[in-house]
Amino acid sequence: MNKNSNIYQILYAAIMVLLVGVALAFVYMALKPKQDINVANDTRSQILSALLITASSESEIAATYDKYVTRDLLIDRAGNIIDSTKNAAFNVDMSKNVKLSDAERKLPVLECTLDDGSKKYVIPVYGAGLWGPIWGYVAVNADGNTIYGADFSHASETPGLGARITEDEFQLQFADKQLFIGDAFKSVSVMKKGQKPTDGSDYVDAISGATITSRGVSTMMSECLDDYEPFFKKLQQQ
Amino acid sequence: MLSKKNKEALFNPLSKDNPVLVQILGICSTLAVTVSLEPAIVMGIAVIAVLAFSNVIISLIRNTIPTTIRIIVQLVVVAALVIIVQQFLMAYNYDVSKQLSVFIGLIITNCILMGRLEAFALNNKPWPSFLDGIGNGLGYAIILVIVAFFRELLGSGTVFGFQVIPQWCYDHGYENNGLMILPPMALITVACIIWVHRARNTELQEN
Repeated sequence: MNKNSNIYQILYAAIMVLLVGVALAFVYMALKPKQDINVANDTRSQILSALLITASSESEIAATYDKYVTRDLLIDRAGNIIDSTKNAAFNVDMSKNVKLSDAERKLPVLECTLDDGSKKYVIPVYGAGLWGPIWGYVAVNADGNTIYGADFSHASETPGLGARITEDEFQLQFADKQLFIGDAFKSVSVMKKGQKPTDGSDYVDAISGATITSRGVSTMMSECLDDYEPFFKKLQQQ
Repeated sequence: MLSKKNKEALFNPLSKDNPVLVQILGICSTLAVTVSLEPAIVMGIAVIAVLAFSNVIISLIRNTIPTTIRIIVQLVVVAALVIIVQQFLMAYNYDVSKQLSVFIGLIITNCILMGRLEAFALNNKPWPSFLDGIGNGLGYAIILVIVAFFRELLGSGTVFGFQVIPQWCYDHGYENNGLMILPPMALITVACIIWVHRARNTELQEN
């Protein structure tokens, strides 16, 4: 058989790709359940990290999460609670949720109670970085204005540059920032060092060399948290 | 089992024909994953596994591969193995898979892989190819671990995440060297290792 004939080459390539495809599909199916558990656990540890709580082992994360996250809420755009079944907010797939139209979208909130009895509201945010999606969790105090803590993650930002949004040095800046000036929602912007928002709202320092990712965090914060404005205002009145 | 030729295939890459020190292959990932020991070791194991199995697979089918598309065939085999490794890491060591994120995918572009497939697996039987893969993978992993050890020790004062430089050193003004964490120092560390290696193996020195 002539190994360099066109038919042989085409058949060879086709059969090889088919076999490899089947093998990969099999591996993916076999490992998916285990990966899903890992992803859920990772999400829990991110939520805990937004509450400035660290837990390392798998069982510790689950136990700590159940202890502090007391209620899952889904709210509408007027700030009314429409669903509070267990894990209702935790199970929301943010990548799909942000694509829904305003009317369809339900906004997830995790109500948490810390050791000192204070209530925090953890809000998932989702946006775009330089290479892929970025997401995070923002914990807001019961006053509906001050940020308690924040945690960010990314799919494929550049290590050492954009990927540094996952580092404490960046995340801890968000603590104690105010989302409102008076009655107006302003979010917290991420600004280049030395710059300030002109309206006097709160800001944090961007990461040098990661302009697009930093801007992505800024946009993600303002776009996602903006929907919660009525919810925050209700908290402020309480 | 281990004839003279096979022994050479397995042991030469550890020192005299080391992929990183002598062939200067795979430098990019050596710079990237050696900030601390744990990812370096996982990366080393991943490369050993991918290299050994891709060598065996290519060696098994070497007589059927049409020469005109052999590079594509090699790439498909390597890419498939890398994806399998990545899926296993995501299932069994999620933290490390997060830490290594893009670098696991970049094993595909690790020059050692294509180099060994082209230079060895295409012309040799599966068993020597397997040994060659293990040998070269180990040679790469050893360098990775040595570099990571020095970078972690001097850059963070830890080994495997455990503090080894005692607190009283810091109290007396010792500081971790932040430069060690950055890629340039990995290059300099590799260069120092090459220096020591060439000094000990005079036959490797160029005139």
